[in-house]
Formats: sequence, C-alpha cells, structure tokens
Amino acid sequence: MKDHVELRSGAYADSVTLLQVSRAVQATPGVVAAQVAMATGLNLEVLESMGFDVPASSPNDMVVALRLDDDADVAQALQAVDAALAPTRPSAGDTTEAPPRTTGSALRRTGPGALALVSVPGVSATVEAMDALESGHDVMVFSDNVPLAEEVALKTYAASRGALVMGPDCGTAVIDGVGLGFANTVRPGRIGIVAASGTGCQQLLALLHHAGEELAAQGTDGIGVRHALGVGGRDLSAAVGGLATREALRRLDADPEVDLVVVVSKPPAPEVAEALARETDALGTPVELGLLGRGQRDLTAVAEAVLARLGHDAPTWPVHGADDAAAATGPLLRGLFVGGTLCDESMLLATEALGPVRSNIPLSDDLALDPGELLADTHTFVDFGDDALTQGRAHPMIDPTLRNEQIARAAADPSTGVILLDLVLGHGAEPDPASLLAPAIEAARADRPIPVVVSLVGTDLDPQGLAAQRDALVAAGAEVHLSNAGATRRALDLLNRSAGSTR
Amino acid sequence: MSQTTAPTVVTCGADMFADAVAGQAVDVERVDWRPPMPGTEADLAAVATDARRVEANRTAVEAMLGVTAHLVDVAPASEVLGLEKGQFLHAGPPIEWERASGPLRGALMGGAALEGLVDDPEDAVALFESGSTVSLEPCHHRSAVGPMAGVVTPSMWMWVLEDRATGRRTYCSLNEGLGKVLRYGAYNDEVLTRLRWMGDVLGPLLQAAVRGTSEATDVTGILTQMLQMGDEAHNRNRAGTLMLLRDLSPAMVTSAEDGGFAAKDVADVLRFVGGNDHFFLNLAMPACKLALDAGRDVPGSTMVVAMARNGTDFGIQVSGTGDEWFTGPAQVAEGLFLGDFGADDANPDIGDSAITETAGIGGFAMATAPAIVRLVGGSVPDALATTRRMHEITLAENPRWSVPVLEFQGTPTGIDVSKVCRTGILPQINTGMAGAVAGVGQVGAGLVTPPAEIFPKALAALAARVPR
Repeated sequence: MKDHVELRSGAYADSVTLLQVSRAVQATPGVVAAQVAMATGLNLEVLESMGFDVPASSPNDMVVALRLDDDADVAQALQAVDAALAPTRPSAGDTTEAPPRTTGSALRRTGPGALALVSVPGVSATVEAMDALESGHDVMVFSDNVPLAEEVALKTYAASRGALVMGPDCGTAVIDGVGLGFANTVRPGRIGIVAASGTGCQQLLALLHHAGEELAAQGTDGIGVRHALGVGGRDLSAAVGGLATREALRRLDADPEVDLVVVVSKPPAPEVAEALARETDALGTPVELGLLGRGQRDLTAVAEAVLARLGHDAPTWPVHGADDAAAATGPLLRGLFVGGTLCDESMLLATEALGPVRSNIPLSDDLALDPGELLADTHTFVDFGDDALTQGRAHPMIDPTLRNEQIARAAADPSTGVILLDLVLGHGAEPDPASLLAPAIEAARADRPIPVVVSLVGTDLDPQGLAAQRDALVAAGAEVHLSNAGATRRALDLLNRSAGSTR
Repeated sequence: MSQTTAPTVVTCGADMFADAVAGQAVDVERVDWRPPMPGTEADLAAVATDARRVEANRTAVEAMLGVTAHLVDVAPASEVLGLEKGQFLHAGPPIEWERASGPLRGALMGGAALEGLVDDPEDAVALFESGSTVSLEPCHHRSAVGPMAGVVTPSMWMWVLEDRATGRRTYCSLNEGLGKVLRYGAYNDEVLTRLRWMGDVLGPLLQAAVRGTSEATDVTGILTQMLQMGDEAHNRNRAGTLMLLRDLSPAMVTSAEDGGFAAKDVADVLRFVGGNDHFFLNLAMPACKLALDAGRDVPGSTMVVAMARNGTDFGIQVSGTGDEWFTGPAQVAEGLFLGDFGADDANPDIGDSAITETAGIGGFAMATAPAIVRLVGGSVPDALATTRRMHEITLAENPRWSVPVLEFQGTPTGIDVSKVCRTGILPQINTGMAGAVAGVGQVGAGLVTPPAEIFPKALAALAARVPR
C-alpha cells in the first residue's frame, strides 16, 4: 500500500461536502482509504490516527489524503477527488452575474422577509449573521463554536431591532411547516415551540406528531406544530439571559394561529428560568415550560403535559424489538449520543438511578471526562455533537465515524453492560443513517449479547421513513424506542437485571 | 411569523441545508461563501459586533453621497495651497527620495527645473539626495490629489473645487495630456515647455473663464452625465472633457481680451483641452476626494476614504482610523503596452487617481465604459462582471451615478475593509502605466489591484479601536 498526501491552499468546501467527497473517492477502485478534509486540529488528529503523514498546514488548507493499493494509479484517484469536488450546480446563463459572496449581498437580491440560514464555521458565523440583522432579517445560526461574547453581541443587537437570532448552535427550526437545519416533517397544527435545544425540539416534534397521528386515527381532530423556533442551547444561560427566547415568545404570542406555546431547554440558569416563568405568566397565550434539570420533568412528560393541556390522553409510546430475556453483560452503562439534549435528559434520569455519571458534557464540572477520553471505568455519557468533537467535521448526524468507533470500544470493554444510543431522522440528517449504525450494532453484539437500546427520533413523514429505519435497527439486534426517556429507563432496567451489578 | 407562506431562505454554509430547504419547495438564494483572508476571523468578528459600526458606516456613506463639488476657481498652488519654493507634493502615501520610483523621481526633477531650482533636471538628483532645501509631502495631506506621479510645485495652476454646504475645498493640477508628460516621469524640454505654457496661458485663461462663468460648473453633475455617455472617469473622460469645454468656452472667449490674451491663445487652449481626452480626469479626482473627505474620521466606520500609490507603496486610509496609512508594495498593472514597451518596462502602480475607484467610479464603473475595455485588456462581459463584483465589497449604491446597462443601478460606493477581507475580492483599478525609468513617460494602460495585505492591516487597526 502507498500513501499520497497533498495540501491545497485556498481550496475550500464545507465539512459535509468533504465527507461526501471522501466517501465517493473511497469507492474508487484501488483506493483503500481516503480522507479529504480541511486541516483543522481535529481533522489532523483523525488523519494521524489513520496513519497519514500530513505536512505543516493551516486550517484554511484542504488536505487530500489517499491510501492506495500498490498497483493503483495516483493520478486516477486524484481525478476522482477533483470530480467529486466539482460543483454540481449548472452555472447561470448570464456569466457576468456571479453568485453572492456574503449573506448581506444575497439578502440584497431577495425580497424583504427573507430568512438567513448560516452554517459556516463558527469563527465566521457572527459576521454573516450580523449581515442579516443589520438589514432587518431574522437569522438561524446552525454553526457551533461561536464565542459566547459574540452570541451576546448578536442577540443584544437583534433585540434592539426586533429581529430574531435562532442560535448559534441551533440545530432545528420549523417555520410554517418548512424545516430548517435538522428538522422533522410534522403534522401542521396550532402548537408553537421555543427550543433552546435542537434535539430536544426534535424529540418533542416526534412525540407530538405520533400523538397527533394516533388521535387522527381515532377520529379526533389531530394536533400539530405551527412553528418551532430554535434559540440555541446557551440562550437560557446566565450570560445570554434568554434574549432570543423572549423574542421568540413575543412572536408566537402575537400569532393568532398559535393556541399553546411549549418552551424546551437544556438545563437553564436558575435565575433565567425564574425570570422566564414570571414573564410567560404575563403572556396572552398559555405557555408550558419544559426546562430540563434535576428534579424536572423529562421531555416525554412535557409532551404528555402538552397533550393533557389540550384535553388529550397521551398514547402509549412505541417500542420495537424488546427482548424479555435480555440482561446487561456488565456493570456499566455506555450512553453514546448525537443529540446533546437527549444525552442531557438520559444523564438526568441515569443519575437518579445510578448516582453521578461521567460525561464530556457533564451535569457538573467534577464529572467531566478527562480531555481526549470518552470511556471511563464508570457509567459514561458522550455527546458527539459537542463543539469540541465537531471542529472542522460534519455533525455526527451526518458523519457517524467517531461514534461508530466508540461503539466498538465500548463493546470491547468487558465492563460494558448496556449501550444506549440515539438516532435522529429528518431534513439534513443522513439519507439512510440506520444503514451506517446497524452494522456497528451488529458488530458490538457479535461476541456477547450486549443489550443496545436506541431512541429513534423521527416521524413517518421524514425523508428517511421512520418504519424502515426502525426495522433496520431491530434487525441488527437493537431495541428501539420513540421516547428517549423511555429508552433510558429501559436501559437502566436492563442494567438492574445483570447479575453482580455494581453501583 | 405572520406570513402564510414560507419566505425565501438565504443559505450561507453547507449546501446540504440549502438542498433540504429547496426540496421543500422554498426559494433558496445560496451564498458562495469562502473562508476570509487568512488570520482575519477574530478581527472580522470584533468589527462586526462593534456597536458603532452600522451607524458609523451609514454616517460616512451619507456624508460622502451628500457632497456636490462645484468648480470655483483656478489658481497657482503657491496661492491656494501656500506651497513655497522647494516644497513638492506627490501622489500616494509619504515617501522619501531614497525609496522613490523612477517616474516619481523624473517628475520631481522636472518640477525642480520648472521652479528654477536647477537649470538642468539631471542636476536635481543631488538636490533631492541632500534634501536640505527641498521637502516631499503627499498631495492628500494638503486636500489635493495628483494623477500618476502627482508632483505639484508652487507655480503650477490648480483646479479649486468646493462643497458649498461646508466651504471645504479640494485641489488638483491641470492635465498635461498623454505621452511624454511630467506626471509619467518625463522631464525633457518638450515637457517643460508645455508646463510653462500651461502656467502662462492655460491657467490664467481657465481662471478667467471660471471666474467669468456666472453659474459655477457642477462637477458632480457632469460626472452623473458622463457616466451615461461611456466615460468611467478614470481612463475615459472624453464626454466629461467636452461638457467642461461647453460650460467654460463662452466666458473664456469674452474674458480673454480683458486679460490681455489674443484670439490665438483662446484657440490654443480650446484645441489643447478638446484634444486631451483626459483633461477632465483632474476634475473628477478632486470631486471624488471632496466627497470622500466628508466621510473621514467617523469612529467605527470601516469605509475606505483614500486609495493612493506613489510608485513604490500602495496606501489606503480608512474613515475609522483617521490619517493613518496602511501600505504595501504597489503592484504592476496588467494590460496593453504602447509601441515596443512590455511588462518589464512598466513601473509599479502610481498615482492618486484611484480616488475615483474609492468613490465608486473608474474601474468600479467599468460596465458603463465598454468602449475602453480593450484598452485595459478586457472584454465587455468582463466589464459588467467587474462592476457587479465591486458591489460585493461596497456599502452602498450611488443614487446620482448610475450605470444604464445595469438597469441604472447606482455605482458601487464606499469600499468596506471588512467585506474585502471577508471575500478576498480586491478593488479593481483602471490605470495608466508609467515607465520604470525616470524620463520615459507612459508605457501602457491596464488593470491593477491593491496589495491584499493592506486590508487585514487596516482591519486589525479598526478591531483594536473597538471599545471594550
């Protein structure tokens, strides 16, 4: 085998495109491994771990790293790289009119009311978002790794202009049924959601959609979601103080088509949560607060409270592939998540049952995993969507490489008793994520029957199709829940069934 | 959230999200985003979130667009600038004789001879090397601008433009024509003879004409018209020159006799002006400077207020950073060469004339001047693309200066340091090329850009001034 590594200065493509390029090149005959990526610190580590020798570079360089069979033609492989990198969109008829180069320039070309969706690397996101705000447009900032001070500056400016900043690190929004970022396709209705949490929002969307379908099947007027406005996971922190949540609530309160508003959030700063509770009492539209935290309700309980408030009983949340004979194969729980809020929710439930658990997004600082370490000799929860694990990489909903590696490591550890996973469907996610996760689950269970419990967050209207994804996971040996809280409780239950369980 | 249908979505970043939105039957406008100039990310964010910036740029742009330049006088530099013997103005940022390029040296040598400091221009080299009786200063530091070498000496006659709202004035020398001329670094007898005639006849007659014209010529208004007549006001000034002649001729004829000038003098002046397509450039430039100076010194503004070259350095000044020059090596233009001249004969970029691009015309208005695209080595589609591209790095459109072929879109106005760093798109300048050797004169014309590194330098200075 031989390696070919080259740097392309000045070349740029986003991490999702480069992931697709890497996969396309990897499928070329003679190519053993291919990694085309921007030379960020994290990507250089990955290249190093693959055994590539990368020359000195800057994060603005593109690295093309190829491992070829001895008789393979380097030029041919590079041709495949170039072909995969070539833009697929046809050029416009008028060659003197180039596409806009900044968000501001693009917004000048669209009418008023246009919404900006920014997903450039975090260091450049604020600049693009400001373009939208200063020309009076709302903006959704999907990008993570945006400094906190910049978020505060953006939201302070937006508040002075009555504009809405969804994000930074806002994974999900649904506006008039149009999904932005990672969003599920859901039944339309009269519920409004404000979410300081992307996957928390998606869990709520999935549960409410399922309940709506069940109600419709019984002939009851279904329920559904009109808007889901993401505000970014830090919006209810002390530093940001709920600036975007307040604006989102104002918008939804003013919308006559919204009967009920739900606020979901990662664990908020207590003083911000208290202020929010006071303010929501003063709104004309009823507000259900679903703020995660110790002693607070889980997301499924929040969905049930919303249903109750609208006069409906909650359905039985679906479970597939349950094996009554299953039992933990060791003392420890391994939670490996792509959704940060789903990870948070599971940790809160697990902590009640098991005591403190370690994580890269710990519930308190003393529970942090050691830097660079994702597995410890106690119960561990990893959020692969955390900023530190996505620098220069696509989100794990698109690029499962890191999590799949970690599933294998957890399975190889004899103390692993249960593996708890999530899988999120919807716009923006992998077209067939189960096909990438199922082999990892099968491999993990090859030597011993480690129970694998998955919360599969999605709807039957999502592009991937909920049923097909679920069936593929069940066929690989997983037990699949729609409710993440349900999946977590099941994992904890299985852990109790192991002989000689230690706490 | 009151709209019933989803709005257009502008996407900036991963194509996947644009595809996902487009797949839901929503209009998508995609930004062709690329990383900014290396190392500028933190400064860009600091400047973007400077609470003063939006309003500061609006203030600077409005001040600039609000200026109308009137031609109010023509007079010697000694009178209107207080320039004394031995004082020389030059184009571009500050420079000393030791670092001066060939054409700047040639123009200074010719200027010294014109002022009688030396008999033979060649003797001026020792004068400037010793430096004891002469001094060099940028035109820009005296509210003036000069094309190419931009050398101004006390006896040279200057256009005087005024913003009547404030009384502010700017100045520029009279244009000598093309070929062997002082501003391109030539200094032989032909050059000096012409300059003396300009001081003896052209200047005084123009002064009489300007003072005798009842309604002062609106230079900004002529620029509006000439941009619709195929001039971009940097490398093509034909329509502007003829409109100026139209405005000044009657008073020149009626006042000549009182001034003691013969009919032949009037005819010589009319022939000289009418035969020099670039004559109006020296009015376009101070008109642009008068407008841009109104946008100076607005704290927090990222608008470029001057781009100027001295043949060695290219410098810019920015509204939010006062009089500080941000400089880098001047580049050699790409374009067409006269006669047997080639790229090796050309001096790096020189002149204050990039003030026209700074104000949104010249290269920025290339789309309106298809007649000269070949002169600068381009095509008509290139010209349209250039003007459109400049809108990516500017803050506003000029409502007075519009481009008919682009549906009368205003010219791209107010270069934003931040947008240049974000897009890597450099201002496009139309320019003449001077010979690298003193005395040669013009060798060609073409297109040039500033050295990229001066924009990150200016950005860093802006970021350092953001209040914490």
